[in-house]
Amino acid sequence: MKIPDLAELALRNLRESLLRNSLTTIGISVGVASLVAMLSLGIGLQQLASRRLVKSGLFDTVVVTSRRDLRGRDRDEGASGLTPGESRVLDEAARREIERLPDVLEAYPDIRFITELRYEDKPHLTMISALPSSAQSNDAFAGMQGSFFSSDTAAEVILQKTFAAELLGKTPVRGADESSVADLAKPLLGKELTMRYAQRASSPSQTPVPSAGAANSADSSLAGAAYSVVSREQKLKIVGVADLDPESMRGPTRAKVFLPLQLAESLHVMQPTDLREISRAASDQPVYSSVSVRVKNPTKVQMVEDAIKKMGFTTFSLLDASQSLRTFFRVLDLFLLIFGSLALAVSSIGIVNTLVMAILERRREIGIMKAIGASDGDVKKLFFAEAGAMGIVGGMAGVALGWAIGRIINLGTNVYLKRESLTPDTFWAVPWWLVGAAILFSVIVSLVSGLYPAGRAAKLDPVQALRYE
Amino acid sequence: MTTAPAVSAARGTVAIRSENLCRHYRLGETLIRAVDGVSLQVSAGEFVALLGSSGSGKSSVLNLIAGLDRPTSGSVIVQDRDLAKLSREELAKYRLHVVGMVFQSFNLIASMTLAENVELPLRFAEVDRGQRQNLAREALERVGLGARMNHRPSELSGGEQQRAALARALINRPKLLLADEPTGNLDSHTGTEIMNMVRRFNRELGMTVIMVTHERTLAERYAQRMIFLADGKLIDDRPNAPAATDLRGQGEES
Repeated sequence: MKIPDLAELALRNLRESLLRNSLTTIGISVGVASLVAMLSLGIGLQQLASRRLVKSGLFDTVVVTSRRDLRGRDRDEGASGLTPGESRVLDEAARREIERLPDVLEAYPDIRFITELRYEDKPHLTMISALPSSAQSNDAFAGMQGSFFSSDTAAEVILQKTFAAELLGKTPVRGADESSVADLAKPLLGKELTMRYAQRASSPSQTPVPSAGAANSADSSLAGAAYSVVSREQKLKIVGVADLDPESMRGPTRAKVFLPLQLAESLHVMQPTDLREISRAASDQPVYSSVSVRVKNPTKVQMVEDAIKKMGFTTFSLLDASQSLRTFFRVLDLFLLIFGSLALAVSSIGIVNTLVMAILERRREIGIMKAIGASDGDVKKLFFAEAGAMGIVGGMAGVALGWAIGRIINLGTNVYLKRESLTPDTFWAVPWWLVGAAILFSVIVSLVSGLYPAGRAAKLDPVQALRYE
Repeated sequence: MTTAPAVSAARGTVAIRSENLCRHYRLGETLIRAVDGVSLQVSAGEFVALLGSSGSGKSSVLNLIAGLDRPTSGSVIVQDRDLAKLSREELAKYRLHVVGMVFQSFNLIASMTLAENVELPLRFAEVDRGQRQNLAREALERVGLGARMNHRPSELSGGEQQRAALARALINRPKLLLADEPTGNLDSHTGTEIMNMVRRFNRELGMTVIMVTHERTLAERYAQRMIFLADGKLIDDRPNAPAATDLRGQGEES
């Protein structure tokens, strides 16, 4: 029989015992719904977690340090035979090279220094760090007052809220409610700070600097590495106050005052590494203590790390942590899948039952069809088509039902979260592949359930089937 | 053994030939010999009546010829096909294309309209939808049911149902029409009507007809040959001059 004919006959037969087939189909749809609801929550939670993680910048960032930085010596060396003294300098050229690696979004130096800021003529000593403009999408700046830097070179500054409190002379009392960011920001936004810092200025000329041992050395690099250190001042406008806790953060956000990256670079502030690298630096180009590399997505981190290691640097990322997190979600999904499938297994028994009943009821009809020329295959296909149709209808209804259940759970939980003054979020997702897979799975389960009844119907002896009224 | 084959051989080529046909089955401890060594031969275009009391094996013989059942031993050869040697699939094809069947209880599918019932064999034969509908309409018109195409069997009288069953049996233009007590559930008037139609198809389309009946008068009126069975064995095979006149048959058509 042709497929459209088969479908037509199957649907007609399903309509004939509408109640029974509807109940069976509802059974399937409840099974599919439980599967979809379970998995949509699993997937949603996973998406929520990875969204948070990506935003936090923890899992898509690789921190690159030079092997000359002896602090990282005992971490994961060993592959390279180079001693720290021989390995590469983490300078601008190296940064550019890293940035050109595939899947790298950006590589920016971590500029961080401790210096003095004056506000209303009172000095405050603090840690300053530079931020790339990409950091504004960072979750850490979610509750910020004011705005992000207007440009990457603007003479602007963002304060961390405890530092803002310090500037205003409010000493935080332990246990007491922290002042809200908005209150702290109001008197400060738009005001000016003066930053005093040590600039690394290139020598006015290339003429050898007072050098006792330069006589026997024509080493131009040594000459190039000479520079002066000058005390400078820079006025900075406060544009934002961030609501983040520096203790919980890592990397460049672990500071109390933030500058735009390019501005910070152009200031040529003395870095701790400058002193160490003075014997190596080929020019007055800065040498970075570390470079943060942002990777397109967390799955590519390993590849990028390997590539950077090959270049002769030390890398660090939280990849291992994210891997175990992913394993956790795999296992969670698997459990949800198993529990969801149980309901579908129960409903598959319903299909078997319904079709076996249908065979008994339609014994004579099967006999007639065989007598007028239906082959075993035709009868089998007809029962298969009926099972499949119940699977498709049940699957589609089930996806809709599961979607609704997931949504209701999400809404209900958010009401609860709000009452507990936590931020509501979406932890439920029904991706298209889940819709397709659920319907497909439902059809497959139905067809497998139809296997036995269809086989039985096909083997029915027409003479027996036609004998009795 | 009888001399049956010789009697009708002159009429044309052999349509059905059985040799020592047996169909035995077990019912608990007892072995039932439903068909027990039947040898017969039917020529193309013949109208044969299979007669006997209930349990004589006449329906079993019909089922074997129809390919609904398989012989325990012996052979049935229809249109040069040895039915015992066909696969289940081939047997289904044989039933679909070579045989048309009518039953005592009509055996229309209750959930389908007449048109759908009649076109059902065409679905199995994978005929296109449009052609199928035309053929079904023609077939129903031929049996005088053109106006009732979209009725369900339960809305029709017995005679009308049997006419629809005839239309269904003929839709694939079979060579062989097998009728199992076709008038058993009908009053004598509608029974005559149905039998006239069967005879008309036998004459006009040259179809071989085998009719199972326990009514000797019916057989005498329409059949050209009567085969008597008892206890699964062929006991008599004799030619018959149909009593029903051609005129009556023709009159039915107008």
